[in-house]
Amino acid sequence: MKYNVTIGLEMHCEISKTNTKVFSSARNGYSEIPNSNIQPVDMGFPGTLPVLNKECVRMALMMSEILHCKQPEYMYFERKNYYYPDLPKGYQITQNTPPAPVGMDGYIDIERNDGSKFRVLIDNIHLEEDAASMTHLYDISTINYNRAGVPLLELVTKPCLHSAEDAVTFLEYMRSVYQYCDISEADSKKGQIRCDVNVSISENEELGTKVEIKNVNSFGGVKEAIKYEIKRQTELKENGRYEEVEQETRRYDEESNTTIRMRSKVDAIDYKYFIEPNIPKFKISSDWLTKIKESIPKLPYERKEVYQNEYGLSSYDAGVIVKEKKIADYFEKCLNENMDAKTAANWLTGPILGYLSKNEMDINDLFITPQKLFSLTEEIRKGNISSKQGKELFYEAIEEKKDPLVIMKEKNMVQISDEETLTKLIDEILSENTKQIEMYHNGKTNMFDYFVGQAMKKTKGQANPVKVKEILITKLNN
Amino acid sequence: MTYMDKTLIEIHESLKKGEVTSEELIKESLEKAHKIQPKTNSFVTIIDDAKPTEVTDDILSGIPYGVKDNYSTKGILSTGSSNTLKNYIPFFTATAVENLEKKGAICIGKTTLDEFGMGGTGTTAHTGIVHNPWDYQRMCAGSSSGSAASVAAGVYPYALGSDTGDSIRKPAAYCGIVGYKPTYGMISRYGLFPFASSLDHCGVLARSVMDAAIVVDGMKGIDKHDMTTWDSSEINLYQNLSQDIQGKKLFYIKEICDIENYPNASDELKSHLENFQQTIKKCEEMGIKVDEVSFDEKLLNALPSVYVIISCAEATSNMSNLTGFIFGPRGEGKNYIEMMKDYRTKGFSPLIKRRFIIGSYVLQKENQEKYFKNAQRVRRLIVDKMKELFKDYDALIMPVGSGPAKLLNQEEERIKDDTTALEEHLQIGNFGGFPSITIPNGFVNNLPVGVNITGNCYKDQDVLNIAYALESQMNYKNQIAKEDVHEI
Repeated sequence: MKYNVTIGLEMHCEISKTNTKVFSSARNGYSEIPNSNIQPVDMGFPGTLPVLNKECVRMALMMSEILHCKQPEYMYFERKNYYYPDLPKGYQITQNTPPAPVGMDGYIDIERNDGSKFRVLIDNIHLEEDAASMTHLYDISTINYNRAGVPLLELVTKPCLHSAEDAVTFLEYMRSVYQYCDISEADSKKGQIRCDVNVSISENEELGTKVEIKNVNSFGGVKEAIKYEIKRQTELKENGRYEEVEQETRRYDEESNTTIRMRSKVDAIDYKYFIEPNIPKFKISSDWLTKIKESIPKLPYERKEVYQNEYGLSSYDAGVIVKEKKIADYFEKCLNENMDAKTAANWLTGPILGYLSKNEMDINDLFITPQKLFSLTEEIRKGNISSKQGKELFYEAIEEKKDPLVIMKEKNMVQISDEETLTKLIDEILSENTKQIEMYHNGKTNMFDYFVGQAMKKTKGQANPVKVKEILITKLNN
Repeated sequence: MTYMDKTLIEIHESLKKGEVTSEELIKESLEKAHKIQPKTNSFVTIIDDAKPTEVTDDILSGIPYGVKDNYSTKGILSTGSSNTLKNYIPFFTATAVENLEKKGAICIGKTTLDEFGMGGTGTTAHTGIVHNPWDYQRMCAGSSSGSAASVAAGVYPYALGSDTGDSIRKPAAYCGIVGYKPTYGMISRYGLFPFASSLDHCGVLARSVMDAAIVVDGMKGIDKHDMTTWDSSEINLYQNLSQDIQGKKLFYIKEICDIENYPNASDELKSHLENFQQTIKKCEEMGIKVDEVSFDEKLLNALPSVYVIISCAEATSNMSNLTGFIFGPRGEGKNYIEMMKDYRTKGFSPLIKRRFIIGSYVLQKENQEKYFKNAQRVRRLIVDKMKELFKDYDALIMPVGSGPAKLLNQEEERIKDDTTALEEHLQIGNFGGFPSITIPNGFVNNLPVGVNITGNCYKDQDVLNIAYALESQMNYKNQIAKEDVHEI
């Protein structure tokens, strides 16, 4: 690339794992029924007051620790004042002005798929409340306040990233961290993750004009938006029209994979921040902070290291498995069943993840539990069925929601490994195919596979292919 | 025989003895409310179908009272005396009101205030001007105007008020009654329509210190809905009322109280300050030591600006929920911005709009440091100075205002002397969240005037006891405004 690309990210992640909202006693959870998870404060009724959810603070502090941030001495909040129908109080309670944010000036090291590493500098992470969600129809707009007051963690990086790929790698890792810490499902399909992206290009060390792209709701979108923006800015530069790149806010359009201008930074709103008077400042005790620090669970990269070093998985396989906590948990459950690590990894990265992504399914809803998978792989290991039969059983069991071993029995699906039976069978095949034997001896070695195929055909796939091959080799070479 | 002009203990005993029923009290209270309403305009709503409650050992049971119309009351119109909420019927009740309801208190009316508590005259309610029951030509001050007027007129023994600058304690003085706001956070603000959250206090208007103590005991308590409340379960104001105030030390601020500082003082001001000195003498006779203390004049002069900046800033933000979308009469327009503008333009009085503009201005990025942050710093300086004085003194004692209630149609008088600090010093109590009580201390031109006692945070009992002892040495306890007697 001809120009230096500089990218900064803002990642909003809803905290989904608390019982209640961040400043309200309403349930924090998804509901099909609009306006069902609400309390008077969520709709800004006169006289209502915010009450801080301590569990949200704990989670925010945990993230602050993970990102190697500095914590403020006192916990307090600010009001961000602006009018919009999705903001019933007319202000959002947030932490904007240092030292309000729960985490400041941190960093985190990220691994690329090829094993190389890069460091992302964190400007801050802060705790705030989400706004209501709106649906704009032809001539009306509807508002659903279920989301109003849902806890939100906003992570702001320094402008320190240089490619769309790195940006997405970082975001994916952060998503895993949220899941591993049981803070959020971090599901972008549920709108739990939303990103703002800042992009600029430059020929030298100085940063170019920063363009902000708001509300990019998927990581794919982040990648596309960055790529489009680099292309757009580069083209303007090449054509000597770089002055047309303005400090502005754009939005990402999913349909066209482009970014569209919203407003100039000159029109930026003055949010008139001031300290929220209804939430008294309180000191973050070092005891509490230590406790939170100690409770940080094993994070993806730590698990990956264990999988590679202790279980001998490849970097790639280990990387795929730790990406989502649920997958890694499934893997570890398999190990608890005494399953061989590599076998478990192969099944996970192969048929299981394939099936899940094809059917857009959650691994926790998979009929083949680690226990069932173990008993299935045991049959293969013992040679009672072939691995091909194993896979057939896997899919059939899911489709019919039936224990694979039961199906195995019903179908009389067994592998013939008995030497005597197989020798008899092969003798029969060879005597029927004298011509082919001649061809084999004359150099057509691929006839070998033909004989194996015949054996499988005659036994309806039940012959143990390994054993068949062994016997064939002996017979043909005599 | 009437009861609503009696003290709470007297009424309670009559109820207990069966001399009167809760139902009869309600009837008497409602009749009086309707009687004074055309003259004083004390009420936004009179609750004609108020239901009697069982008389228990609780002093407040079975007895009617009034609630300022900026408290949220379930199922009862709660307007904040603003057109923006003229049709608003809440579905939840303010904690303070709920606490009283649990004790069997009966709300018979929602009282008029300066729109959302933003005013000190009682002239800006959407339902019109509130008149002083001592003299209908005069104002009650505000913003708890209707509560003060109705208690003074003997509609019931007490009514709830709210106080952001002096909104309980000044109307109390103008109406010759007691006005008490306890330490910040002792009474939950949940359900009180906010004006300026860091200054807003709930409190009571009553006719005696004892009644005020009983009522605040009933209102207070830690509340899971208000993070600024604290546990006051150890505090029993009524039970610990005592006139034993030997050895207590008070101070008053020289720069404000010295008549020498007002070379062109009106007769009214002179009488008021002389009357204050009489009260000081009474204190000394009772064995209280009173000192005249000098207070940095720069800080005193800054009082009104600090108050205006902080209260307007918070108010602008607090009232941003008033858009007419979810509650209140919805505005007209092609889109949400037009609808909101229409609603707010029509709904708010000019005074409030002016304050919103000030609030927005001082919060703007380029102005915040100069105005809002500096105001907060000066607020801190004033509070620190007070806390320092509270190390040596139990309380501050001060005259309320520059005299008795002002005439409603009075032309803005050319100010001969700057009495600003005299009019505004009660705001110190809000800056620090201090417990502060006004009690009547005499008459000037046949109109009541008041004296205020303010102590350090959590020293409510001391403040009340000093007021209780002083009250007993004067003849203004439980006085009822007799409009016919004092009419000019």
